[in-house]
Amino acid sequence: MSKKILLEHIGVPGIETLAVYREKGGYSSVEKALKTMTPDAIVEEVKKSGLRGRGGAGFPTGMKWSFLAKPEGVARYLVCNADESEPGTFKDRYLMEKIPHALIEGMITSSFALGANTSYIYVRGEYFYIIKILEKAIADAYAAGWLGKNILGTGYDLDLYVQAGAGAYICGEETALLESLEGKRGNPRIKPPFPAIAGLYGCPTVVNNVETIAAVVPIVNNGGDWYAGIGIGRSTGTKLISASGHINKPGVYEIEMGITVEDFIYSDEYCGGIKNGKKLKAVVAGGSSVPILPAEMILTTANGEKRLMSYESLADGGFASGTMLGSGGFIVMDETTSIVQNLHTFARFYHHESCGQCSPCREGTGWMEKILHKILDGHGTLEDVDLLWEIQRKIEGNTICPLGDAAAWPVASAIRHFRHEFEDYVKNAAAIKNVKHYHNMHNLATA
Amino acid sequence: MAKVTIDGQTIEVADGTTILQAARMIGPEVAPPTMCYYSKLKTSGGYCRTCLVEVSKGSEKDPRPMPKLVASCRTTIMDGMEVKNMTSDKVIDARKGVVEFLLLNHPLDCPVCDQAGECQLQDLGYEHGSAKTRTDFKRRTFDKIDIGNKIQLHMTRCILCYRCVKTAEQITDGRVHGVLNRGDASEISTYIEQAIDNDFSGNVIDVCPVGALTDKTFRFKSRVWFTKPVDAHRDCDKCSGKTVVWYKGEDVLRVTGRKDQWGEVEEFICNTCRFDKKKTSDWTIEGPRAISHQSVISANHYTKMVKPRELTLNNIKTIALTEGENK
Repeated sequence: MSKKILLEHIGVPGIETLAVYREKGGYSSVEKALKTMTPDAIVEEVKKSGLRGRGGAGFPTGMKWSFLAKPEGVARYLVCNADESEPGTFKDRYLMEKIPHALIEGMITSSFALGANTSYIYVRGEYFYIIKILEKAIADAYAAGWLGKNILGTGYDLDLYVQAGAGAYICGEETALLESLEGKRGNPRIKPPFPAIAGLYGCPTVVNNVETIAAVVPIVNNGGDWYAGIGIGRSTGTKLISASGHINKPGVYEIEMGITVEDFIYSDEYCGGIKNGKKLKAVVAGGSSVPILPAEMILTTANGEKRLMSYESLADGGFASGTMLGSGGFIVMDETTSIVQNLHTFARFYHHESCGQCSPCREGTGWMEKILHKILDGHGTLEDVDLLWEIQRKIEGNTICPLGDAAAWPVASAIRHFRHEFEDYVKNAAAIKNVKHYHNMHNLATA
Repeated sequence: MAKVTIDGQTIEVADGTTILQAARMIGPEVAPPTMCYYSKLKTSGGYCRTCLVEVSKGSEKDPRPMPKLVASCRTTIMDGMEVKNMTSDKVIDARKGVVEFLLLNHPLDCPVCDQAGECQLQDLGYEHGSAKTRTDFKRRTFDKIDIGNKIQLHMTRCILCYRCVKTAEQITDGRVHGVLNRGDASEISTYIEQAIDNDFSGNVIDVCPVGALTDKTFRFKSRVWFTKPVDAHRDCDKCSGKTVVWYKGEDVLRVTGRKDQWGEVEEFICNTCRFDKKKTSDWTIEGPRAISHQSVISANHYTKMVKPRELTLNNIKTIALTEGENK
């Protein structure tokens, strides 16, 4: 059974306009929050809802909000992280493009809850058309009195700005985002201090994902307890999943957490099964940085239960047999996929996007890419596979920001679960005149 | 005040002290190596990851160990914290990895590099690295750049510690150099060559842990271990004038700041003292500079040689053996 909260009115013609959005009950959370609730009461509702950060880490939003320092006379900021750059993730783009006012409304309500009078939406530079959509929506909201001075006569002021990034994946890391927003080079900061204490311009700041902020709207409208009743266990509510790869119906789906992975891949309501009747080989469940899992492990957990689409179930078994929900970038691979080639693509991405601040990530990502390229070129040795494992082990956990981990995990999991494929490349090194030939030989798709 | 135990040695330090500072207070045997941290520069450190340590006990209040290794230069101590540096296998393993990463793109041109002999990366590689390389890929290279007419930037050797950027930011006005590009393609650059013109710009040479920034008035003149350092001073209207003057025979080959036991200058000096005063008559000589006997620079002129103690009759104590004592 599908449950739509964020995408409830997705099919309504004109929902991107303020008039239609308002007709469908839009901006009611702002009215409710500003007129009948105190900021603390809203934070309390969000805490009760069990909402967790939808950007990838899954940190409880209410707790994050309650960490925000509130010194007298110092401005506080809410920053929306719309720098959605994780390969395989495109849910925020869909939401902002189709229902921009959902984000604006969430921003107003959340800003009020946090006591912020200036808020920013940091959009990745490649989403230039979305910046136009958001700016139009913000202008309309200003004109209708939802933004600006003295909103709804309650005395609350809020200015909302859209800032375009310049196309760096690293700026999706919250402190790098703040640096970039301040007009500096987008290098992650060394923590502590955390943004909740010293963030944008040294002031207390909360950085939340687009989907998280949009989810605050139904929580304020219907109450935290209502939201906590949806989903399973500590994975409450619904989640937007960007499904891509070898499936019949790629796209963005809103799911209630707790449906089985098998259902999600094979039911006609969602992915609609594997393309051309092929077999499922592997799934990257939460965007390119989370560990890849082979078919049998993604469908069932180590103790034989059906794996569910939830934070806990996907992480069941740790990295030995589990993965992470991450940002919900669900990449499905059929039997014709070469894991090594796919990994090379990921490694090339992380090499390109490393900011170069700390040595393990700066040097290690490039090294891993070169070794993978060597293996694909037919010059690899078995020692190279061991070396790859060693390198990722020395990057993981030793870097300033999570990009090092994000680069290390795909390599680790690919070797852990598909070592035979690497060895096959190495053993057939002489036979590989070119990758295409090798792939035809092994019945793999030629990319 | 807070108590911290590092490698089994306990010390009480002021609140807000970092693990690294506390370790340095205890002594060099527990102090983690550093490549990017520089106590004289604010916000330095955290980049190179050589000073990673294991926190096996968070604090007295919250004794849980920290899940990851932490950069000791940027982590403040908590009361009752227990830290493992050289006693932790995890740390030694990670540090070995960091050395390997740092050397991955670093040219092994020590035989022609002016920094050789006083290079922190050489020391680090010697103490914490492996003897063999595991990579056979081409190293990244850059063209040499002149930063002003006295400083040469050889980016190929750079390990991106950001010290020179922080120096330019904090002790000179109007920084004109910084980091361009990203990842392993990032480079320190002025963007416009020759752009640096500042009285204190020469200090970037002293803070550079490797041979990426070198003194053009000294380049290729001599290996550092053939020169003799002496403490000297002069009246200077720009800086303290306290320097180290490096002699080869009768000639002054170069002038640098005075570096302490951690390889950090005690005071920054101005360009006039550094580049222009190359005559003995410019200086008041204080005496030979104390150099660690482990440094190659001190070859043949140890300052702290301890004579082996001679055995005299008075030193020999009689040992009384009574029956049953040995059992």
